Amino acid sequence: MAFCTGCSLLCDDIEVDFDGAKVKRTMNLCRKGRAHYDSLRVDRLAPAVDGSAASIDEAISKAGELLAGAEKLLLFGWGNSTLAAQQAGIGLAKKLGSVIDDPSSYSQGLITEKILAGDLPSCTFDDVRNFADVSIFWGDDPSSSHPRHLSRFSYFPRGEKRQRGYEEDREAIVIDVRKSPTAQIAADGFFKIPPGGDAEFAEALMATLGGKIPKVEDKKRMLNLGTKLRKAKFGVIFTGLGLAHSMGGDLDAFFSLVGKLNELSRFSVIPTLGDYNTRGFNQNLFDETGSVNSVSFADGVAHGPEFGIAKYLDSCDAVMVVGADPVAALPAPLTKLLSGIPMVAVNSHRTLTTDAAKVTIPIGVAGLEVGGSALRTDGVKVDFDAVVKSDYLPDVEVIERIMEAV
Amino acid sequence: MVSVMEVYQLLPKTNCKKCGLPTCMAFAVELLGKRKAIEDCTPLVEEPKYEKKLAGLRELMAPILSADATETGMVIHPEKCYGCGNCVVACPVNVANDPKGTAIGRGPVSRKAILVVEDGVVKCVNLDECRRFGPNKVLCNACIVTCPSKAIEFI
Repeated sequence: MAFCTGCSLLCDDIEVDFDGAKVKRTMNLCRKGRAHYDSLRVDRLAPAVDGSAASIDEAISKAGELLAGAEKLLLFGWGNSTLAAQQAGIGLAKKLGSVIDDPSSYSQGLITEKILAGDLPSCTFDDVRNFADVSIFWGDDPSSSHPRHLSRFSYFPRGEKRQRGYEEDREAIVIDVRKSPTAQIAADGFFKIPPGGDAEFAEALMATLGGKIPKVEDKKRMLNLGTKLRKAKFGVIFTGLGLAHSMGGDLDAFFSLVGKLNELSRFSVIPTLGDYNTRGFNQNLFDETGSVNSVSFADGVAHGPEFGIAKYLDSCDAVMVVGADPVAALPAPLTKLLSGIPMVAVNSHRTLTTDAAKVTIPIGVAGLEVGGSALRTDGVKVDFDAVVKSDYLPDVEVIERIMEAV
Repeated sequence: MVSVMEVYQLLPKTNCKKCGLPTCMAFAVELLGKRKAIEDCTPLVEEPKYEKKLAGLRELMAPILSADATETGMVIHPEKCYGCGNCVVACPVNVANDPKGTAIGRGPVSRKAILVVEDGVVKCVNLDECRRFGPNKVLCNACIVTCPSKAIEFI
């Protein structure tokens, strides 16, 4: 059995046959996962300094030089790193007194932080499979982003108290701005909202649960939804980027709705995170500092939106990006800013970010070429071993060697 | 999915009985069940006035008679499939045959599963276990309605 680190579901029932480094046949791997396995032979990163090829030792010592000389350093990424590498990264940030951040600062960090702090109820995917009778996908389209989400955990499978699975025992509700593939599966459970209408929908639903008539077009449907949620025995809300981006930094309407739902019944929240170990980084940094992202070690421990990548890029003079591709993900003005800053990129593959970097250091793909452990998006720890031999260094070793070089 | 009426409309509708069946409607049913061939309807093939109907019928029947279609009429479009495995987990036969695998959302551990995800896309094996197979078939559609990308259809 092999593992897949293609997304944050960390599927563990994969069968794969290799022919050398080439993947011959895979079983149970979704299309995204298959592409992840196939990518082992495509577009791999080579060590380079200033655009010309270098040995890995040279690249690491140059990276050490660059980081040590920086006044205001940002360590960014970490979603595609193993738990050990993330801990080493936090150690490096402490040693250098730098800022450390990950993509959750502009996505679902707020939700994860509330869950880790115990303010927002959450549960594991196994609980969902065994007990959940209502699955709400809010601004979330796992059919496209995490293909096996619905079939492994959230809707189709049979569980201890849900023996009849999706046919009778489970209900899927999708709240989204478009009829996504997930919404097509939910059919009647799809609620279409206008872009940016999430807070309004949450307030209308809150009013419905409070026994008032909601101020929406289709009142009857909303009242039916309210009744359904009231009767739910174990509800789960899967949140996606749609919810986080639509509400910006103000998710209060959503949090108070979850609070209200928990007065009436039991509802948990599980964020659907993109990178395979975003949850792991959030947990590691939370254990260390009490915040999940945007932390500065410059003067003790400080946390705030000014230390998120979106704001901090203005003032920083060096960046190290580990296992992420901010040049592809951020809006154009920030990308422009980022590409002008001296950058060290640590990644398994060539990306737009590594193209813009001064120093590039390749690593092995976790779960395929190197072992390690990670946290699934629901917070369950998964340990994996390498399934194919390779000469690439594990990410933790690279970070530790950079630390020595500094 | 092709209906009997669509096939019937493209037959001569003379009930000539040359195919050995009492009516053209009966022939349409047999044709759709692949128990008769288009050539068994001799007037349709031989008489020039039915030329258009014959061409239409061949076009209509092409996907059903093609090698892509399995005996239950299931066609999988691999280019549309995400490999999500919804159909694998939803298939009632998979669930009954594989309680420790597909029934609880994991990959199949039993050799009797009908649908499996191989190389990132769904594949049909053990066709004879399908509820649509054989004379006592049930018109089950669990694998179609659960597909987010419409990669499975029955013809």
